[in-house]
Amino acid sequence: MFVIHCPYCGEREETEFHQGGEAHIERPKDPDKLTDEEWADYLFMRKNSKGLFLERWVHRHGCRRWFNVARDTHTNEILAVYEMGKEPPRAVAQKIAAKVKK
Amino acid sequence: MKAINGKQPSTGKPTMGKYSIFSLIRNALSFHEGWERAWRSPKPKPAYDAIIVGGGGHGLATAYYLAKEHGLTNIAVLEKGWIGGGNTGRNTTIIRSNYLWDESAAIYEKALQLYEGLSQELNFNIMLSQRGVMNLAHNLHDMRELQRRVNANRLNGIDSEILDTQQVKDMVPILNCSPKSRYPILGASLQRRGGVARHDAVAWGYARGADAMGVDIIQQCEVTGIRREGGKVTGVETTRGFIAAPKVGIVTAGHTSVMAEMAGIRLPINSYPLQAMVSEPVKPIHHCVVMSNAVHVYVSQSDKGELVLGAGIDGYHGYSQRGSLHVIEGQLGALCELFPIFSRLRLMRQWGGIVDTCPDASPIISKTPIEGLYINGGWGTGGFKATPGSGWTFAYTIARDEPHALNAPFTIERFTTGALIDEHGAAAVAH
Repeated sequence: MFVIHCPYCGEREETEFHQGGEAHIERPKDPDKLTDEEWADYLFMRKNSKGLFLERWVHRHGCRRWFNVARDTHTNEILAVYEMGKEPPRAVAQKIAAKVKK
Repeated sequence: MKAINGKQPSTGKPTMGKYSIFSLIRNALSFHEGWERAWRSPKPKPAYDAIIVGGGGHGLATAYYLAKEHGLTNIAVLEKGWIGGGNTGRNTTIIRSNYLWDESAAIYEKALQLYEGLSQELNFNIMLSQRGVMNLAHNLHDMRELQRRVNANRLNGIDSEILDTQQVKDMVPILNCSPKSRYPILGASLQRRGGVARHDAVAWGYARGADAMGVDIIQQCEVTGIRREGGKVTGVETTRGFIAAPKVGIVTAGHTSVMAEMAGIRLPINSYPLQAMVSEPVKPIHHCVVMSNAVHVYVSQSDKGELVLGAGIDGYHGYSQRGSLHVIEGQLGALCELFPIFSRLRLMRQWGGIVDTCPDASPIISKTPIEGLYINGGWGTGGFKATPGSGWTFAYTIARDEPHALNAPFTIERFTTGALIDEHGAAAVAH
């Protein structure tokens, strides 16, 4: 059972929330120009990271607002919670950059 | 590897004796101290004709059929832990082939037919028990969906029938068939050839069979990279050094995306924890498999007497092999609703496995954009039942570098072309 810190309501139990999959997937700006491969990538292809993962959650049985979570999918440690439309906090971004470099 | 009974594990040529009543008697005379290990523990060779990454049921079956059907015996199965220690040893052992769409019905039925002869073929008792798999309907829509599926199954030559409430009650008297229950049972579908098998034995039997044909099964050897040159696979980096091979098959269930990332391939797979559990053992009381999609639980009784329970995945991505308590509470509530007699049973063990789900709840058994690299994954919550068919078709694909008709629909490209095989509705429980 997770305890998740909703940026609007504070700490609540996992049962109040619903996970909405990978975060920061942008809807194509010009959908008419997309190839089938680009559509497939947008619709279906996912990072599914083991370790640090940026994901969306919604406080379904609370304020009903969406937000982003940076979580380690191996240990379930929640590293950061940040608002929709924002970039991940610097510490998390550095971890991602370090992983890419490696 | 630890020595057993003071004997070091053999690393030389395979010397498999046949299991029979005579070998049992012979070994009984020496107080069962003379049994040979069922497979060797060889050191990895520098190169093989093909490497299978993942020593679960699917990977071992692939190796077995590569050797048996295609004569490829200079091959290795690499396993980071021990064989059958992942999802093969964590599932709820249910076998059935009553899938809705023709493509799925064909491959799962192939698997079931291979299962039916597997104990004899492998000379290893996989304890297949075709005790019948029952899917309950709790409302009119459920009932119509089941009828549609039963009709589709019959058109594909798969045994399947519809039961009414009385027939369900006659078959499983301990089910709560009262019209006053919260979710009354209106009927069920039944596949009598469905049932359960000993999951470990499937892995062990395939391992022993593959080993006897010369396949190297290498445990505690984790693949850490996939080496490529000019769009072709040349081998794998492992914790025990580089091993060369012109063909590499990835069969790593929950870790399919992790392996694919090593080769720079993006997949439509999301990994989730799926929990299962067993109760304390009791006398025989539940003789078939009962599944309910709407109330959301499935239950059978093992030969040891434990009730084996499962339901849906946890609600978030994960690789932790454990899940949340409320998911267990949900399925136990469902169990007590369907079987009030089980309400005082205690749970004995609970565990999680990592399932790799595809958006259409169908697997990928496919070539990849990289020459010599093949992927078999995305089985989601229902891979065990497909083990023989999965290995059989994947072996064909690796040996001939083209899919068999049975797995031709299960490509990665289907997510680009749109030819999805949507089995969400036909799955036993909601995904």
